[in-house]
Amino acid sequence: MTDTRPLVPSLWSGFVGIVRRDILLAWKRPGDVLNPLFFFAMVSALFPLALGPSSEQLGSIGPGVIWVAALLAALLSLNSLFVSDFEDGSLDQLLLSPQPLTVLALGKAIGHWMVSGLPLVVISPLVAISFHMPDQSIKVMAVTLFFGTLSLSLLGSIGAALTVGLHRGTALLSLLILPLAMPVLIFGARTVSLSTSDDAVSAGVYFLAAYCMLALTLAPFATAAALRISNE
Amino acid sequence: MMEVLAMGGYGNFVWGAYGLTIIVLAVCIVGGPVRHTKAINDVRRRIRAMEAKS
Amino acid sequence: MWKFFHKLASPPHFYQFAGKIVPWFAVIAIACIGYGGYAGLFVAPVDYQQGDAFRIIYVHVPASYLSMMAYSIMAISAGIGLIWRIKLSHAVAAAAAPLGAWFTFLALATGSIWGKPMWGTWWEWGDPRLTSELLLLFLYIGYMALRASIDDIAKADKASAVLALVGVVNVPIIHFSVEWWSSLHQGPTLVREGGPAMAPDMLYPLLAMILGFTFLFGALLLGRVRTEVLYREYRARWVRELLLGDGGTT
Repeated sequence: MTDTRPLVPSLWSGFVGIVRRDILLAWKRPGDVLNPLFFFAMVSALFPLALGPSSEQLGSIGPGVIWVAALLAALLSLNSLFVSDFEDGSLDQLLLSPQPLTVLALGKAIGHWMVSGLPLVVISPLVAISFHMPDQSIKVMAVTLFFGTLSLSLLGSIGAALTVGLHRGTALLSLLILPLAMPVLIFGARTVSLSTSDDAVSAGVYFLAAYCMLALTLAPFATAAALRISNE
Repeated sequence: MMEVLAMGGYGNFVWGAYGLTIIVLAVCIVGGPVRHTKAINDVRRRIRAMEAKS
Repeated sequence: MWKFFHKLASPPHFYQFAGKIVPWFAVIAIACIGYGGYAGLFVAPVDYQQGDAFRIIYVHVPASYLSMMAYSIMAISAGIGLIWRIKLSHAVAAAAAPLGAWFTFLALATGSIWGKPMWGTWWEWGDPRLTSELLLLFLYIGYMALRASIDDIAKADKASAVLALVGVVNVPIIHFSVEWWSSLHQGPTLVREGGPAMAPDMLYPLLAMILGFTFLFGALLLGRVRTEVLYREYRARWVRELLLGDGGTT
């Protein structure tokens, strides 16, 4: 029987392969997925515990708190984005593969998002309800977190690539990513706040989507460059 | 003289800002040559160590 | 002309050239800042709305302008170093960072001091220009932290170059933030259609201060690049001859 597979794997198969691999790895080690989620939930819970359960106060701080918790959870999970690949040599294989590193970097970021950001978006309504947020806010929260976590995965992959293999790279990673993440946080949290008072949210959502598209198209190039540099 | 210091009531702010500026600029201006002399000494030591080894 | 720049990319030539230029820049800076500072504080007429507090403009605006220009210089030279592999370019980026950070801090601090009497608050989290300028400070710090954490200089150069280029998006955001979003900050006064919106005897000291600060930054930058060059090129013969005198081993 003739082998009809292409001699050189296509871009798409490279991309899908990376995403599949990360999802499978996460499936095998559920802790990697669940830990940041639990962290997100627990950090969100800290604020009502510390500040008292008054309903109006919770409603007003809810958007900000949930967003900060999401950001911190993303930072936590980004630490290990390239570390295990670096340690077992898969990173070298990525650098040597025929597909452009940019496509593979995009795959890593998307895979990371599907495993950390997307689940967070899914459970965010639960946390939002616990903060007594109104229904329309819960929807807006999910939408803003959707674009926001995707942006964070993409931008975070740049920082993770720059700090892979560095001694005590964890704190440095946070320091590098936070300036890039600040616009996402500001617009995300503020947009949800606006929705609690029934103000127009479309501007904020458009901005988040645009920032996300910018990250989607440009971040993989920076990540690929950073991976090459870190791996010399 | 007093009215120059008072700056129309905003004296603290104006002189505070200018004072801070002078301090920061002084730090940068003095820092330059200081680091440079330190660099010369460090590099001299390094070169000597390098040649002692060879 | 091209040959002049080409020669400048060589560290020993740059070292010498910069050494000669720095005193000139310093003299121009002192003259401009001297005139600008004196005229700004004592000669320029009192502002109709802000009283004497507006005089802070003569240190705040130059500092802010330089904070952005320093980052642009840092990003451009980092990019040139990354793309054309010119080591000296990386040295320029490395030298620009701490200076840029200081100017950013100064911009934020003088702005805060100015804001207290004018807007009634030391800081306003909702203001886009304040936030993006603060972000600029964080970018500088992240850049310097990344450099410090990588031991190999060449690797540190390249990694921090990527970071600098990623962050350069922030610079136009700072500048245009007052136009795109509602802000406590006033709109652009100098770089706008129809020319500057300031009376001449208020304007000239400001221009002088901006020019003076720029030349001061130039002098400081060139000085720091010379220091960087010494550290980076310590193995080269020209450094040895320069520092230890020529002839023989010691």
